[in-house]
Amino acid sequence: MYRYDEFDSTLVNERVVQFRGQVARRLSGELDEDHFKPLRLMNGLYLQLHAYMLRVAIPYGTLDSLQMRRLARIARVYDRGYGHFTTRQNIQYNWPKLAEVPDLLAELAEVEMHAIQTSGNCIRNVTADHFAGAAADEVEDPRIHAEIIRQWSTLHPEFSFLPRKFKIAVTGAARDRAAIKVHDIGLQLRRDAAGEVGFRVIVGGGQGRTPMIGPTIREFLPKADLLSYLEAILRVYNRLGRRDNLFKARIKILVASVGADIFAAMVEEEWRALRGGSLDLPAEEVARIAAYFAPPPFENLPAQDTGFEAMRFEDRDFARWCRTNLHVHKQPGYAILSISLKPVGGVPGDATAEQMEAVADLAERYGQDEIRVSHEQNLVLPHVRLRDVHAVWQGLVAAGLGAANIGLVSDMISCPGLDYCNLANARSIPVAQRIATRFADLDRQHDIGELKLKISGCINACGHHHVGHIGILGVDKKGREFYQITLGGSAGEDASLGDIVGPAFSYDDVVDAVESLVETYLDLREEGELFLDAYRRVGLAPFKEALYAGH
Amino acid sequence: MSARIVTANGLRDGEVLYLACGGRWSRDLAEAEPAETEQAEAALMAIAERAVRCRDVVEAYAMAVTVEDGAPRPLSQRERIRAAGPTVGTDIATERGR
Repeated sequence: MYRYDEFDSTLVNERVVQFRGQVARRLSGELDEDHFKPLRLMNGLYLQLHAYMLRVAIPYGTLDSLQMRRLARIARVYDRGYGHFTTRQNIQYNWPKLAEVPDLLAELAEVEMHAIQTSGNCIRNVTADHFAGAAADEVEDPRIHAEIIRQWSTLHPEFSFLPRKFKIAVTGAARDRAAIKVHDIGLQLRRDAAGEVGFRVIVGGGQGRTPMIGPTIREFLPKADLLSYLEAILRVYNRLGRRDNLFKARIKILVASVGADIFAAMVEEEWRALRGGSLDLPAEEVARIAAYFAPPPFENLPAQDTGFEAMRFEDRDFARWCRTNLHVHKQPGYAILSISLKPVGGVPGDATAEQMEAVADLAERYGQDEIRVSHEQNLVLPHVRLRDVHAVWQGLVAAGLGAANIGLVSDMISCPGLDYCNLANARSIPVAQRIATRFADLDRQHDIGELKLKISGCINACGHHHVGHIGILGVDKKGREFYQITLGGSAGEDASLGDIVGPAFSYDDVVDAVESLVETYLDLREEGELFLDAYRRVGLAPFKEALYAGH
Repeated sequence: MSARIVTANGLRDGEVLYLACGGRWSRDLAEAEPAETEQAEAALMAIAERAVRCRDVVEAYAMAVTVEDGAPRPLSQRERIRAAGPTVGTDIATERGR
């Protein structure tokens, strides 16, 4: 894992001192809210529906047990005993008190964490594949480059006041677990014909009001050119991105309006001026960063573990959990474990302080002290010996974290919605809870198979509804909550935007509608065909018929 | 009967507050003082803006309610949830030991 150097520590500690002074001046009246608001937002502090909300960055979703325990302590001491893991691999606290936030940030700084650039029109926390460094299908660990981008973008003076916020995601595998095609910039590590590793560069994807699948503007960028090329993209955007209309300010609008080819040409021209300068990455500096992400000391183990196989044979619940929550590790004898934060009736992405501590204990004891946050609002233990998987599972079950539903219909992404968010038009979480309860029968969920359902409470699409196999968007119709359903979206390497199926459903009717869609799929699927594949084969018509016939 | 009440958040703790009789801020929506005329609303907002200047509250605004049996009830779902708290129904959303 990356460890702060003196520069990082100084920067973060100075920011805590600075914000402490700003809060003191706000409370004493030297600063009014108009002047204070941009300062608190630069430190991740929002004023939401009920209270202040603090968003804490978890760079590329990686943390260790010490940091997770600190997040638990903060939940307990400064909040109401829980936190909410987000689709940007961050954690949000829903109830902090302004007067206490400086102390909270000081506690975060002690474990090399902060809330800088989790808000505002800057380059936000860089996200990465949550299986980074562990996935069998990986070319290279994307976190090395995510960390390099973090260092380059942190407090970058030229990019602190962009036209709009800016989100970068990096993956090291062909299988896209980081949703790179719906980010402002998506980077995919790949090999060229000569076997060299570089990046495919995707620009101008995004969700929100105007969803777009990002086009590739460069098929292969040498690794050493990463920062100069990113700087060129940001410069073109900073110069030409619209500042007159909030809804047209994201880079996707610029890329779509000039066209990907012309945008790429503008970037290449800018890049020619930057290339070969101070932004070129020296190999020794890349090696220094890469050393932080060196694989943990893996044991040489056989690919199969007889104890693990025996437990899977004997214990049906364990076997079922393994089917969905266990993933192939690059190292024989090891597995990647997903910890579902989607228990039936729970709040997607929420974890109590006790649960965070339980995960920290298991990571420390069995998981090489590493934990990941996934953009699908779950946690991951990336490196667990097969022989320890059963013990970890038992620990998870004891902590109420044993849900065996990764990738299934109840493993929903849900934004906070109208229950917490100032921008929302409708509730998301209770809809997710009702759907999970309707499909509570795990055998039924396993029979349905992979089905990614995503819910947003407004058009800003924090709940990724555009790229859900089934997407649900909450809207306000004359003061009542309604839900528009889309089908056929995907956030993966086969990214697509969902198609609107028809008129919206009321809060009371939306769960029946989802069940009707699932039943329709079960009726028409071919042997082994997943929901998304079936939808792509048959299109909207049968689903529309099921939902609206007779209406 | 339709009316308007004034709400804000506590500056220090962010808590949702309602302007009650006598210029007092209450956590309880039922105690909010309804304004039935534009002048009455302006008078409430003047009190609220002073409280903003005095740094007791932040983000003050007036909102629509109906008044039944003397108790104000928000017209919008947003304000109903803001008054009653999240509807997510799990025990972890409730205050713990603070």
